[in-house]
Amino acid sequence: MTNQLIRVEELTKIYRMGDNTLHALRGVSLSIQKGEFVAIMGPSGSGKSTFMNVLGCLDRPTSGSYWLDGVDVSQLDRDQLAQIRNRKVGFVFQNYQLLARTSADENVQLPLLYSDIPEREHRRRSMEALRAVGMQGREHHHPNQLSGGQQQRVAIARALVTNPEIIMADEPTGALDSHTSIEIMAILQRLNAERGLSVVLVTHESDIAQYARRIIVFKDGAVVRDEPVPNRRSADRELAELGRDAGEVAA
Amino acid sequence: MKLILSSIRIAFRALRVNKMRSALTMLGVIIGVGAVIAMVAVGAGATDRIQQQIASIGSNVIIVLPGSLTASGIRLGSGNAVTLTEDDARALAAECPSIAATAPTSRGSAQVVYGNNNWATSIQGTTLDYLAIRDLQIASGSAFTQQDVDGATKVALLGKTVADNLFPGMDPVGQVIRIKQVPFTVVGTLVPKGQSPTGQDQDDLIIMPISSAKKKVLGASQANAGSVGTIMVQARGPEVVEQAQEETQTLLRQRHHLQAAQDDDFTVRNLSEVFQAQETSASVMAILLASIASVSLIVGGIGIMNIMLVSVTERTKEIGLRQAIGAKTKNILTQFLVEAVSLSTLGGMIGIVLGVSASVLISKFAGWTVHVGAASVAMAFVFSALVGVFFGYYPARKAAFLDPIDALRYE
Repeated sequence: MTNQLIRVEELTKIYRMGDNTLHALRGVSLSIQKGEFVAIMGPSGSGKSTFMNVLGCLDRPTSGSYWLDGVDVSQLDRDQLAQIRNRKVGFVFQNYQLLARTSADENVQLPLLYSDIPEREHRRRSMEALRAVGMQGREHHHPNQLSGGQQQRVAIARALVTNPEIIMADEPTGALDSHTSIEIMAILQRLNAERGLSVVLVTHESDIAQYARRIIVFKDGAVVRDEPVPNRRSADRELAELGRDAGEVAA
Repeated sequence: MKLILSSIRIAFRALRVNKMRSALTMLGVIIGVGAVIAMVAVGAGATDRIQQQIASIGSNVIIVLPGSLTASGIRLGSGNAVTLTEDDARALAAECPSIAATAPTSRGSAQVVYGNNNWATSIQGTTLDYLAIRDLQIASGSAFTQQDVDGATKVALLGKTVADNLFPGMDPVGQVIRIKQVPFTVVGTLVPKGQSPTGQDQDDLIIMPISSAKKKVLGASQANAGSVGTIMVQARGPEVVEQAQEETQTLLRQRHHLQAAQDDDFTVRNLSEVFQAQETSASVMAILLASIASVSLIVGGIGIMNIMLVSVTERTKEIGLRQAIGAKTKNILTQFLVEAVSLSTLGGMIGIVLGVSASVLISKFAGWTVHVGAASVAMAFVFSALVGVFFGYYPARKAAFLDPIDALRYE
């Protein structure tokens, strides 16, 4: 129990649209330990996004229970869920979701605005988070002055700034080229390894899922496979090799 | 605190980004507030003027006019019978508890001459109490005395218009004028009263002791030596004016030996009542104007609601993101309310400037009395803020209760 971050039991989610009912989740039970790096895979309509939304406290299950860090969050109301999201969860989205016409620094500070953290700490924390993703010196840049990869780094910094228990990354590399994707995965792997930060990664690309330690595959609202990754990819090593290759080509 | 500041900053950024849209939205509130301020100023100006006029008649004043003669059952209009006497005036003052003072007056017009200057004016013969009842102040010289009244001394007080016309550029006090060829000494001049509520020049008159007026100027006959034109009655206070009116009527009927079936041979008129009615109609007009103007303020509010709904829709993704990173219902609600209130109060402030300048222009070019009160400015400002809260609440609530997942996915 001590090391358990997430435990869900018999989680179901049913959407009713007129006469049709859609069973997005059909009794999912699993647990995630602190410090895990989990990839959630599955075709569209498999329920992986619904599962991610429930894990991220954006949505409530129809039935079943969900303990996040020892707290049963399945029955909390809107504002209680908002507080849990603010304190425990950091979101990274496919399309970054940065506020336009707002500097990187302000974007990163945004979650602190809704937290109890004293104002005098906001800037220090934002700088620290930007440094952790290698974006120091660009705090005054606006999103439209940054590349896709840089924007995603700022988004990761924003997820980090409240010191959450878990990072929920929904297709974080979906809009990026393969090299930039590796860079982003390198950041996530490093945060996971160095800080013990738990990461849940939703992706439909199996090669991206190989950066995780464990893969959970959804199909038709149920878990069909849940196993560790045998030959885990290391983004840092790949970047180093790519650098060497580039060096050889240049030579 | 930082949340509010940041909401204000976000609001102004949003307003700046859509400059044209914000300006057009604010225009509704600007026109509304401007119109309310200008209309209230015009209305308050009219009321002020009427109040000044009421004050110029004197406070709590009742006028008793002689009644009408009835000839073969046809009444011949008021004032053609000589029924009031100086004794009536004295009796009213002495016997009625609600009456503070009375002043009999006899009125006529006469040609007045000083040197080469000629002026036709109204002659008012009365007693000392008249000055007090009508609140007439002496500008220079002094009033006549009780001895003057008793002895029919040939002294006169000049209204400003008379003084200006007979004595252009000089002090009339001590000079001798001729009224209908009779020499009178000017003992003083009166502080001007301006126009009466009915538009007459209240300074175009000469006041003198009633005895002098009747004997030397108006030429009363022996038969009705004691008769007077009117009696001015002052009640002891505003609350007993009606009572004074009744007492006057009862006493005069008694003194004139009227039977129960007979009509009054005099008329009692409460002047301030007449002008209070005017004042009421002026303030009704002011309220009417202000209500019409506030309709445009409400229309402006609807404009704000409209644009806020557009803004909420446009920024659905931003709302979703804020919710995802921990914004609570009240945080989003506050943010959009602040934005709506910023729009409306900014519009309100511009509207106040516009309304005040419009009022100044109205008084300058139309020549109306206008009165821009601090209260109406403050109220317009508060009202515009309230418009923002009222019309901003629905869009803000809509934003605050968006589903975060739907909002994040919104394209």
